[in-house]
Amino acid sequence: MQGPAPYRLSFVLLGIALVLAWLLNISSGSVNIPFSEVVSILSGTAAQVDTWNYIIWDFRVPKAFTSILVGGGLSLSGLLMQTLFRNPLAGPFVLGISSGASLGAALLLMGTSLFVGMGSMSFLGDVSLALAASIGSFLVLAVVMVVAQRVKDTMALLIIGLMFGSITSAIVSVLAYFSSAENLQRFIFWSFGSVGNLSPQQILLLTGIVLMGILLSIISLKPLNAFLLGERYAQSLGVSLKRSRFIIIIATGLLAGGITAFAGPIAFVGLAVPHLTRQLFDTMEHKVLVPAVFLYGSILMLLCDMIAQWPNSANVLPINAITSLVGAPVVIWLLVRKRKMLF
Amino acid sequence: MENKSKTILSTKNLSIGYGPKIVAKDIHFVLEPGVLCGIVGVNGIGKSTLLRTLGRFQPKLSGSIQLEGKNVEDHSPSDLSKKLSVVLTEPPASKNLTVGELIALGRQPYTNWLGALSPEDQKQVQDSLDAFLLNELKHRKCHELSDGQLQRVLIARAMAQDTPVIILDEPTTHLDLYHKVQILKMLQQLAHDQQKTILFSTHEIDLAIQLCDKILILDGDTNPFGDPCELIEQKHFERLFPMEMVQFDAKTGSFKITK
Repeated sequence: MQGPAPYRLSFVLLGIALVLAWLLNISSGSVNIPFSEVVSILSGTAAQVDTWNYIIWDFRVPKAFTSILVGGGLSLSGLLMQTLFRNPLAGPFVLGISSGASLGAALLLMGTSLFVGMGSMSFLGDVSLALAASIGSFLVLAVVMVVAQRVKDTMALLIIGLMFGSITSAIVSVLAYFSSAENLQRFIFWSFGSVGNLSPQQILLLTGIVLMGILLSIISLKPLNAFLLGERYAQSLGVSLKRSRFIIIIATGLLAGGITAFAGPIAFVGLAVPHLTRQLFDTMEHKVLVPAVFLYGSILMLLCDMIAQWPNSANVLPINAITSLVGAPVVIWLLVRKRKMLF
Repeated sequence: MENKSKTILSTKNLSIGYGPKIVAKDIHFVLEPGVLCGIVGVNGIGKSTLLRTLGRFQPKLSGSIQLEGKNVEDHSPSDLSKKLSVVLTEPPASKNLTVGELIALGRQPYTNWLGALSPEDQKQVQDSLDAFLLNELKHRKCHELSDGQLQRVLIARAMAQDTPVIILDEPTTHLDLYHKVQILKMLQQLAHDQQKTILFSTHEIDLAIQLCDKILILDGDTNPFGDPCELIEQKHFERLFPMEMVQFDAKTGSFKITK
């Protein structure tokens, strides 16, 4: 296959777009800071207004960085799933992996108080929320994987993913019914999705998780390309099916689960971005697609977050709603215009 | 042809099937380099099962399969990928691959961990494109190809894998007569020119008789194996189908409907 070289120009453009989106994201928010001031603050000069300095460095820059991690990571997990399940409609949301993470988070946020009693939350910190959501998503991913082995039909797999979504949301509503208003509120705010309000430790942990996912994707580049032919062909090319599948699943689970844990269930990014990327990069080579999908997802997330932080107003819209509003029409457009979604 | 004496792929007392269910047993054959061998038999007799067993997609039940002097199970996966390539009945999972990309995937056993193509790999890909007249289609997507073109691409991919043995499961189904003959002639050329051992299953018995060097007839009994002419003389084709429906004409090497 062709390497990334012929796509150098596209990568340069995508890189420029990322920087622009990052700047736009940082320069917009509930407090109106002039663009020239934003640039000078970023370049290290102190601002005219002291609070602006604080807003940029302590709030907007971490938030933009989280957006990049979340958008890029979710998109990458979507790409891995589409290749692994040989299904153009696969993604963390459609296959129920986000639902699994929600269940994990719900059990922790609302369930522990039921079983263990109040006060247990005090020592259950950020790490346990990430862990609970990750375990939830891994469990669903494992079950979906077992089912995918038996059911070769791609439609059946998607329906099973939807059913998982229904089951988890049913359990979540039962938990919600018995849970205290305070815990319920925590869960609901988590489920809106947010890339802000992460502590430096949380951001560090998320960075570690996403880097791990990227690393595992990079060592799987060759098997991922072989999987495009189908599992039997991949096996005949010397790919160790069990090992490669395991590594790809771990990467997917880490990315989708870890991100959902910190940023909440964010819909459609994982499904739509790989398809949008293929409109720009007309190749199936994962050496090109992995970095391209990550960049594209980061840009999209920065823009979605910018819309969610409705400029110059104190209102913050749920980011999950924004990504759905952007992502769902994209999927419909792809299905209608392109007739078939190929992966 | 001094290497005619060298055996590359052989089976002895081979039984194949799934778990307790035996699909076919007592399969014997010996294949040398440069031999085109067809496997014929009625539906469900175990042609695909045999090919899947040879390609190690499923375990054999008993007997032995020797590939280059070693039991096929004793080859490591990466070793096997340099000895045996396959063309399956299932289409590639992603039809969004271009012809060039798909054929280049055949070089995976030889490339580094990133799958970068060396000049040698690129030459092999180009040779495969040339051999199967695919140069003009190189940048086409697989979903834009006709069945015959796609089949040629899949065989070219197996050729690019550069293995001494190639096995193909029904490479001529869904094709018209012209394309069936085209594919089989190309396989014959590949076997004879490059000393590849090619084993394929087919329902085109009359074409197989004309083009193959060896034929394995799976009949659920003795499974005769040999030169097409010998098999005709020994009247093995007559027993393949019920006489009241079709009859084998030994003079023309084809089947006629019983009137």
